[in-house]
Amino acid sequence: MPDGGGSQFVRIAGLKRYFDVSAPWLVRTIERRPRQIVQAVDGIDIEIAKGETFSLVGESGCGKSTVARLVVGLYPPTAGSIEIDGNDMGGRHSAAEMAALRRRMQMIFQDPYASLNPRWRVFDIIAEPIRAFGLAKDKADLEARVGGLLRQVRLNPADGRKYPHEFSGGQRQRISIARALASEPEFLVCDEPTSALDVSVQAQILNLMVDLQRRLQLTYLFISHNLAVVYHISTRVGVMYLGRLVEVAPTETLFTRPKHPYTRMLLDTIPDLDMTGRQRSPVGGEVPSPINPPSGCSFHPRCPFANDRCKSERPKALPIEGGTVACHAIEEGRLPIEDRTYTVGT
Amino acid sequence: MAAASNNQPLLEVRSLRVEFPTRRGTLLAVDDVSFDIAPGEVLGVVGESGAGKSLTGNAIIGLLEPPGRVAGGEIRLEGRRIDNLPYEEMRKVRGARIGAIFQDPLTSLNPLYSVGRQLVETIQTHLPLSASEARTRAIELLKEVGIPGAEMRIDHYPHQFSGGMRQRVVIALALCAGPRLIVADEPTTALDVSIQAQIIALLKRLCREHGTAVMLVTHDMGVIAETADRVAVMYAGRIAEIGPVRDVVKHAKHPYTKGLMGSIPSLGVRSERLTQIDGAMPRLTEIPPGCAFNPRCGARGQRCLVERPDLMAAGTTRAACWLHDRGGVGPAVGKETVDA
Amino acid sequence: MTAGSQQTGWLHRAADSDIWWSFKSSPMTVVAAVATFLIIAVAFLSPVLAPHTPFDPATLSLSDGLKPPVLLSSDGDWAFPLGTDDQGRDVLSSIMYGTRLSLIVGFASVVVAMTLGITLGLLSGYLGGAVDALIMRVADVQLTFPAILVALLIDGIVRGIISVKRHDEIAIYVIVGAIGLSFWVQYARTVRGSVMVEKNKEYVQAARVIGLSPILIMVRHVLPNVTGPVLVIATINLGLAIITEATLSFLGVGLPSTEPSLGTLIRLGNEVLQSGDWWITVFPGITLAALVLAVNLLGDWLRDALNPKLR
Repeated sequence: MPDGGGSQFVRIAGLKRYFDVSAPWLVRTIERRPRQIVQAVDGIDIEIAKGETFSLVGESGCGKSTVARLVVGLYPPTAGSIEIDGNDMGGRHSAAEMAALRRRMQMIFQDPYASLNPRWRVFDIIAEPIRAFGLAKDKADLEARVGGLLRQVRLNPADGRKYPHEFSGGQRQRISIARALASEPEFLVCDEPTSALDVSVQAQILNLMVDLQRRLQLTYLFISHNLAVVYHISTRVGVMYLGRLVEVAPTETLFTRPKHPYTRMLLDTIPDLDMTGRQRSPVGGEVPSPINPPSGCSFHPRCPFANDRCKSERPKALPIEGGTVACHAIEEGRLPIEDRTYTVGT
Repeated sequence: MAAASNNQPLLEVRSLRVEFPTRRGTLLAVDDVSFDIAPGEVLGVVGESGAGKSLTGNAIIGLLEPPGRVAGGEIRLEGRRIDNLPYEEMRKVRGARIGAIFQDPLTSLNPLYSVGRQLVETIQTHLPLSASEARTRAIELLKEVGIPGAEMRIDHYPHQFSGGMRQRVVIALALCAGPRLIVADEPTTALDVSIQAQIIALLKRLCREHGTAVMLVTHDMGVIAETADRVAVMYAGRIAEIGPVRDVVKHAKHPYTKGLMGSIPSLGVRSERLTQIDGAMPRLTEIPPGCAFNPRCGARGQRCLVERPDLMAAGTTRAACWLHDRGGVGPAVGKETVDA
Repeated sequence: MTAGSQQTGWLHRAADSDIWWSFKSSPMTVVAAVATFLIIAVAFLSPVLAPHTPFDPATLSLSDGLKPPVLLSSDGDWAFPLGTDDQGRDVLSSIMYGTRLSLIVGFASVVVAMTLGITLGLLSGYLGGAVDALIMRVADVQLTFPAILVALLIDGIVRGIISVKRHDEIAIYVIVGAIGLSFWVQYARTVRGSVMVEKNKEYVQAARVIGLSPILIMVRHVLPNVTGPVLVIATINLGLAIITEATLSFLGVGLPSTEPSLGTLIRLGNEVLQSGDWWITVFPGITLAALVLAVNLLGDWLRDALNPKLR
C-alpha cells in the first residue's frame, strides 16, 4: 500500500524514448525519404510507493514494454529521469554504485521459452545473478541459495540439474522468477509475465507473485494488456495510449469510475464471463502509427467526445479522485463520470 | 440436451482419433472425440495449449499437418463422410462447404496477390460467376465484413492492411462460397483487445444473417462466453465437458472445468488469491492411466486412477467424470476431498 | 513433480538424442561417417601403416620406378600394391601421406577461417552500426572474388616478398592462411545473423539487466547458441578447403613436390599421364573425390539434422 508519506520508491519523471526507424542513410538519401522517428514513450510521469504494485495497461504498441525496459536500464532514455529510492539511474555512478543499484531491481519477462538460455542448466541460470553480484560466500552457500530460491517458487532443488526444455511453460516462468529473486531485489519489473501462459497456470503464477510480494516486501511494476489480471494484482493502474499516460488511478477507482474515454473503451472490451447479456460496444478504428501520432490528444480520431480543442491541444494530466487524467472533455466537464458496477461472479 | 434439437446435425464427429507417429511411439493427440454441430450453431472448443483443440479443427477441414493423421472415427458433413475423401475432393468441400479462419491472417493470405484477386479466384473456383460478377461479389463481401472504401481497398495487397483489417479479409475469403460451416481457429488471439471485440461482433452478426454454423476454437473463455451457443472443454486430447455455454460457464460439472473457470480473473470481486489448479496438463507422452486429470483433481477417487470416464450426463451438461456416474468415484484417495 | 527424465549419463543422453537418431536412420550418412573416419585414421597413422616412406630419398630406388598396380598387371610387385611413380615411390604410401597433409591443411584453414569469421561476426552483430557496416562491406567485396582467386592472390603476394627456397619451407602456412582468409565471410555472416537474433532474446536481456559486460554476454550466452550453424559450415567448408588446396597444389602454387598433398600428387601424375602411367594420378584423384564426397555428405546431413524445420 502507498505509505502516503510521499516517500516514493520509484520516481519516473518526463520519461521519453524515441526510436529511429529510418532506412539506412544511403537508401534514405537516394530515395529522398525523411527520417522516421517512433515516439515509443512520449513523456510519462509515474511514482510507485514501496510495496505496491503499479500496473501499466494498454494495447500493443502503446509503449508499455518500452517503459519496462527503460526502467531496468535496457535502453537509455531520450529524455527524463528514473529514480530508484532517491538514486538517479542516469546520474554519474561508479561501477560499484551502479552494480549496487542494479542488484536492487530485476525483471521478469514475457516469453518463458526465450527468457532462459537453452544451453544452461537451471542451476547456472539462477546462480548467474548471485555470481555476478558476488553474493555467495562459497560454493556451499551458492548451492544453498539456489536450492532455497527453487523452493521459494515451489520447484524442487533437484530440478537445478535439468535444462529449461525439460520444463513446462509455467515451470519455466517460475525459474525466471527465481532468477529475478536471486539478487535479493526490492523492485521487480514484470513484463507481461503471464500472457504466454494458459489460464490455469496464469493463476498459479499470479498467486505466487502475490505471495512473494507479501513475504519479501517487493515493489512491482506490472505490464499487461489483460485488464482482468491487472484488476486482481494492482494497487494502482496507469493506462497508456500511444506513448502517453492517459489516466492513472487506484485500481478500484479506475474500474468503477473510469474517466478517460480510452479507459472506458478498454473496460468495454473485457469479455463478459458472467453472462449478464451485456453487449460489448466495440469502438471503431485502430491504434494509429506512433511514427505520425495524431495532433493534440492522440486518442481524438477514435474518441466520440473529441472537439476542436482535442485536435490541436495536447491535454495535461490533471489530478482527480486520487489519480490523474489527461482529457479535455473531463476537464471541461463535458463528459460526466459514471459509476460502473460489476455483477459478482458465482 | 439443448444441442441439435433439429432433425439432422450439420456436422457429426464420432470417436475421432488423431495420431502422431514419432520415433518414441505413437502419440494420441485427439482421443475418442465425438460431438455434433447443428445448422447455424456456434460451438466453442476451449482448452489449454496441447489439449488437442486445434488438431480437432484441422482434422475436420482436412488440413492435419503430417505426420499427424486421422487414425479412427468418422467426420460427417450434412450426412456425407468427409474424413476419407481424396485430397482434391476435400479441397472442393473445404472452399464450398467449410470455410477456415486461422489465428494469423498473414498465413491465410498470399502476399503476392491483391486481396481482390484472391477473393475473385476463390469465388470463381466455387461459384459459376463471370470475372466481373465475381468482382462485384468480392466488393460486397468486403463491405459486409466492414472494410471501409471496399471499392478501392480491393486492389490493395495484404501488407497494406492492418492486423484487424486483414482478419476481416480472411473472414470475407472464408465466406466466398457461402459455406455451411466455418472452422475458426483462434481468430482473435493475434489481435488487440479493442479489435478482438470488433471481430467477435462481426462473426456473430454474419452467422446470424447467413445461418452459418461455426466451430470456434480458442483458449479464451471470454470469447466463447460471448459468442458460442454450446462449448466443449478439452483436456489432454479428450472432451472433459460439453454443454450449453451458460451452464458450462456458470455451473461446471467437471472438476477441471470448475478449476478453469475459477482461475480466470474476473471483475467485480477482488479476491486475494485466484483459484488455481496445481500442476500442468500432462504431455502426450505422460498421460496417466485412468482419468487424465486425476493427478490434479481434488475429487479424485480410487476409480479415477484406473478407469477412464467417458462423457456422461451431468445435469444440463455432459462431463467425463466419475463424480457423475451413479456409482460415484469410490473411496477417496488419501485426504483429498471434493473441492467446494 | 517436474516433467522430463531422470538424471542420466551424457553417453545415455547422447544415444537418446534426436541427432543420434537422425544419424542412425540415414544409411548414407553412416557410410559417409565410416568412410571419413577410416580415411582420417589411415592418413594420420600413415607413419605406422604405410609400407614405405616415399619422401625419404634414401629408401628410393629408380629400379622400382613406374611399376603398375598389382591387380591390373602381371608386371606388378606386391611391395607396391598401387604401383610406383617414375622415382620409384610407392603410390599407396604417397597417397596416405598426401591425404594426411591435405587433411591437416583442410582442418587448419577451417580453424583460421572460423576464428576470424566468428570474431568478426560477433563484433558485427553485437556492436552494429558503423563497425557492422564496415565488416559487412569488406565481406561483400571479398565475396565478389572466387575463393581460389583470393588464395592465388595471397600466395602471389607472399611469393613476391620472399625467396623461393624460403617459400617452400613456409608453403603450408601460406596456403592455410590463404584458404582461411578466403572462407571467413560465410562464418561471419552466419554468426552475425544468429547474434542479431539471439541478442534480442529475453535471456540476453536478463543478463544485461544484471549488468554483465557485452564481452561476457557474447562468450557465455550468445556463442554457445550459434555453434550449431557454425558446425555445419565448418563441415561443409572442410571439403571445400581440401578441394581448394588440391586445386592450388595442382596449379603448382600450393605445396611443393618435396612435401606433396593429394593435389600435388595429382599434378605430378598428370605430367606423366601421356605416357600411359595413369595410376600415378588416378588413385590420388579417387582418394580426393571419396574424401570430399564423404565429408560433404556428413555436412549435408548435419545441416538437415540441426534444422528443426526439416525434421
